[in-house]
Amino acid sequence: MTRTYTSRARELVDTPSPVISCTDVNIYYGKFRAVSDVTLEFGDREITALIGPSGCGKSTVLRSLNRMNDLIPGARVEGVIDYHGQNIYDRGVDAIEVRRRIGMVFQKPNPFPKSIFDNIAYGPRVSGMQVDNMEELVEKSLRDAALWDEVKDKLKQSAFGLSGGQQQRLCIARTIAVQPEVILMDEPCSALDPIATMKIEDLMQQLREQYAIIIVTHNMQQAARVADRTAFFTAMASEETGDRTGQLVEYDTTEVIFERPADQRTEDYISGRFG
Amino acid sequence: MSTTTLSVPRRLGRAKGGEDSPKAMAFMAALWFCLFVAVLFLVVLIAVTVIEGLPRWDGALLGNYPGPDPLEAGARPAILGSMWVIATTATMAIPLGVAAAIHLEEFADPTNRFNRFVELNVQNLAAVPAIVYGLLTLSAVALLGLTNKNMVIVGAMSLALLILPVIIISTREALRAVPIEIRHGSLALGASPLQTVIRQTLPAAVPGIATGSILALSRALGEAAPLLLLGGLVFLRFDPNGLLSGYTTLPIQIFNWSSRPQAGFHTLAAAASMVLLALLMAMNSLAIYIRNRFQQRW
Ligand SMILES: Nc1ncnc2c1ncn2[C@@H]1O[C@H](COP(=O)(O)OP(=O)(O)OP(=O)(O)O)[C@@H](O)[C@H]1O
Ligand SMILES: [Mg+2]
Repeated sequence: MTRTYTSRARELVDTPSPVISCTDVNIYYGKFRAVSDVTLEFGDREITALIGPSGCGKSTVLRSLNRMNDLIPGARVEGVIDYHGQNIYDRGVDAIEVRRRIGMVFQKPNPFPKSIFDNIAYGPRVSGMQVDNMEELVEKSLRDAALWDEVKDKLKQSAFGLSGGQQQRLCIARTIAVQPEVILMDEPCSALDPIATMKIEDLMQQLREQYAIIIVTHNMQQAARVADRTAFFTAMASEETGDRTGQLVEYDTTEVIFERPADQRTEDYISGRFG
Repeated sequence: MSTTTLSVPRRLGRAKGGEDSPKAMAFMAALWFCLFVAVLFLVVLIAVTVIEGLPRWDGALLGNYPGPDPLEAGARPAILGSMWVIATTATMAIPLGVAAAIHLEEFADPTNRFNRFVELNVQNLAAVPAIVYGLLTLSAVALLGLTNKNMVIVGAMSLALLILPVIIISTREALRAVPIEIRHGSLALGASPLQTVIRQTLPAAVPGIATGSILALSRALGEAAPLLLLGGLVFLRFDPNGLLSGYTTLPIQIFNWSSRPQAGFHTLAAAASMVLLALLMAMNSLAIYIRNRFQQRW
């Protein structure tokens, strides 16, 4: 069976022009090292998928990219995560500033208990963005998230009245309203049905024109369909401590990862032979 | 296929130990009996009070000042006094309690020893008898050198101390009921922790906080012990009119009247109890209404 990668609009260059680059990143929860020695670069205006078995540290890596890990007591990041020439874990860097540039969409849709309008307007309001016309910004964000037509007549209604798929697109709209540069998504479709999933995937293809997207997914087809590059992680028992520590096994274009992976473990995982 | 033998009978029937087995029925009966006894006591108590108080359930009860004639005397200053004291208590205890709860729940490091100590003591303080708070306030008043203890603000202070732990605990519960995902969603948009609390967590918790606070206040409304200690047992012929004003409250007035020998005053005490009960029921209904109407279901 041959997979086609026709959805990809442009040719990939060999090395991405990185928007975020990780160098020797180790992430700890207390004494437990969850992820070790990750070095990889996330390309600008590309979709990068993080795949791998459960517990290999995909979410951990993703959360470290916008300092959401700071919220977990005991979580600690070593190494360098470079964003525009600055380590986001440097002393002088404010996590709030990082999160405004690097947004995040969660596994479970988490709209605020407010109206659809206020959900979108929340980010710009709290970050003190200069917005001349909030209505316009809300409309644009909803349009960009392919949700406008479905909600334009009920902007004042509670976001809780939307379906799960709509709520997730609302969360994406909310994220792009603050005009970030990077969007992190942790299994954004795992709570959605196939049609809602397809809509989000289409949306991601459009958003890729303007944003760098990094997505964690358990769905191999999804990674193959949407991602430009794919990083495969796995958990290995470390010799020193016996802890199961996540590692980056292989990182390449999605085509290479799925068609001719260099590592046997990648091959096994992709073809479903992973034990 | 007709030849297939089923290990499970086709028709669903009684399950052993199921909903209508004898054991389950007996247990249900016991539960109903307990409920019945509890409700019976309440109903008898209310009925006795109402029957006794009904003859004096009139306008004079609400409008008149207390006096020597049990047929003429009223609870006007006591009702107004209760309202003054409770309003002052609320103004002192709610902001303080909510702020303390926000600190403990949203900002304090739960592994820090000092914070754990504070937390444990909030729990303990909620179980301290009311009279102890009266004693505490009394000594504070003595330290300040005040000779006149009978002031609205002094009484309110003891009641505020009394309900502060309850408000802290119920506010923390309301905050904890707000899903962590809401906080994360807010923080991921670049909101600061303080903005997240003020714009997301706290508003979402307001119904729970309001319910808890109203229930705490209705406890304070029925409380007499600390106020008796603080000189609340006085004979007033004027309406309380400020924080420094003298006052008496309904529970104290009831206590006063029921300790008089004349039967007429006992009727009066029962009638005043009905007023107190009505106030308490109104407050509790408000709490239930807020809970049902505004509580967010996540
Ligand atoms: N908050 C936490 N505190 C302590 N350990 C954690 C925490 N979150 C994750 N871990 C540990 O870190 C390791 C990696 O977890 P992580 O959630 O990143 O895996 P994942 O690859 O996202 O898994 P999944 O595919 O199931 O979501 C696991 O061993 C997990 O137990
Ligand atoms: Mg995960």
